Amino acid sequence: MDRREILEELKRVLEPYTENKELLRNINEQTDLVKDLKINSSNLVDVIIDAEAKYNIEIDFDSSEKMISVGSCIDVISDKINK
Amino acid sequence: MNRRVVVTGLGVVSPNGLGVPAFLEAIRNGVTGIRFVPQYEALKFNCQVAGIPQFEWDILKNYVSEVTFHGLQGQAIAYGLMAAVDAWKDAGHVAAGEEALWDAGCVFGSSVAGVETVKRIFNRVDAGEARKLGSRVVEQFMNSGITAYISGKLGLGNRVIANSAACATGTQAVLMGYEYIHQGLAKRMLVGSSEHVDQYIFGAFDSMRILSRKHNNVPEKASRPMSATAGGFVPGSGAGALVLEDLEYALQRKAKIYAELLGGACNSGGQRKGGSMTAPAAPGVIRCITDALDNARVKPADLDLISGHLTATAADTLEIQNWCLALDRNGRNFPLINSLKSMIGHSLSAAGSIEAVGAVLQIKHQFVHPNINLEDPNGEILKLIDLSRMPVERIDTPINIVAKANFGFGDVNACLIFSKYNQHG
Repeated sequence: MDRREILEELKRVLEPYTENKELLRNINEQTDLVKDLKINSSNLVDVIIDAEAKYNIEIDFDSSEKMISVGSCIDVISDKINK
Repeated sequence: MNRRVVVTGLGVVSPNGLGVPAFLEAIRNGVTGIRFVPQYEALKFNCQVAGIPQFEWDILKNYVSEVTFHGLQGQAIAYGLMAAVDAWKDAGHVAAGEEALWDAGCVFGSSVAGVETVKRIFNRVDAGEARKLGSRVVEQFMNSGITAYISGKLGLGNRVIANSAACATGTQAVLMGYEYIHQGLAKRMLVGSSEHVDQYIFGAFDSMRILSRKHNNVPEKASRPMSATAGGFVPGSGAGALVLEDLEYALQRKAKIYAELLGGACNSGGQRKGGSMTAPAAPGVIRCITDALDNARVKPADLDLISGHLTATAADTLEIQNWCLALDRNGRNFPLINSLKSMIGHSLSAAGSIEAVGAVLQIKHQFVHPNINLEDPNGEILKLIDLSRMPVERIDTPINIVAKANFGFGDVNACLIFSKYNQHG
């Protein structure tokens, strides 16, 4: 799965956690989950749990702390699914 | 300086009506909200009927953001939120903008936090999957979950308290809100209570053998307060909410005023002199009623209507006896008395607030709602008060002063005195 495909799928993972659907459609690797998408920081845990279920991966604490922007989320997810 | 307190907004989620207009219509016409629950038959409960609000989950989308809606599971939170936000809007108040509403607080109670959430936690944790619980379970099992959702939605910035006093919870919440405003500590208080009786709570009560079990095939007949064939209560779910307001504040903004809350009292019988974990001590109940009247500066003779606790157990007769002693009124001289539980069952912590909403509506619209299922009044009760005092049909009559009382496990009592609003006090 390439980065573009993961980004498209990530939109569906993030969808329940942001009110800003317009911005979500146009996210890029630089989009910040909290600052731009205004996702409540406590909900990042839920994003990670949903991503784990979606890709059947396990995201450890250290990796999850890197998941700040769309790009860093893709880094972690692609790293785990290609293991 | 003691402030006068009025009711300016109402909201309700009741088994026989969602929202105040539907609820008013239902209580005017004696409409039942008790239904047969097939699941309870499958679970081999003795009682297989319950008062369950016809609440479509998607209604909640009108009350919370899409993000909050996703992951919200708690029924008691949902009921409480709907009733509270409806009441706030009904009063003509709006939610806070950036700045919290420092003059507005909330007292909202329940018996248990979201049991469905707790069950989810048990299942996940026991399966070694605690990490999959996510961020939304703590806010839904904490006892203050309902007040947290309400105060967050509306931006309430004064005292925000989740109270719990078993079946007296709702009445107590209203009284606490009254006291804050009366003492000048807040201008507006959103008060009430909420309850969701799921199969686990229901099962626990069923095991105590205090629930109705002989009318499973005729659910509308199952809740029979003051009846000779009253055989236990019917559990119900729902929420009631009232906006209490400093009279001057309400007048300044030309708010509509439903009624005045003159005062009330809250106490415990201390589980002495006949009182126990489950039974109220007569001295405590009598003192609570007389204290409430004193606090409200109302003479027993001026009481027009009692909205009783009256759950349809053996305690009904005892309750009437206590009212007779507290008021020194009996026979034909007894006030009119009714029990909303005949229509909706007993919604535990939510009972007091739903019944308080009912009491205020009876004042506002000048009627006494019928006691349904009272075709065979209890003979012991008839020795105390005249049959005419327990109406089985709606009575349209001037209603000036109403007492609303509830008595709960742990021997706790609460009594409120509402009055028609009169500008001269």
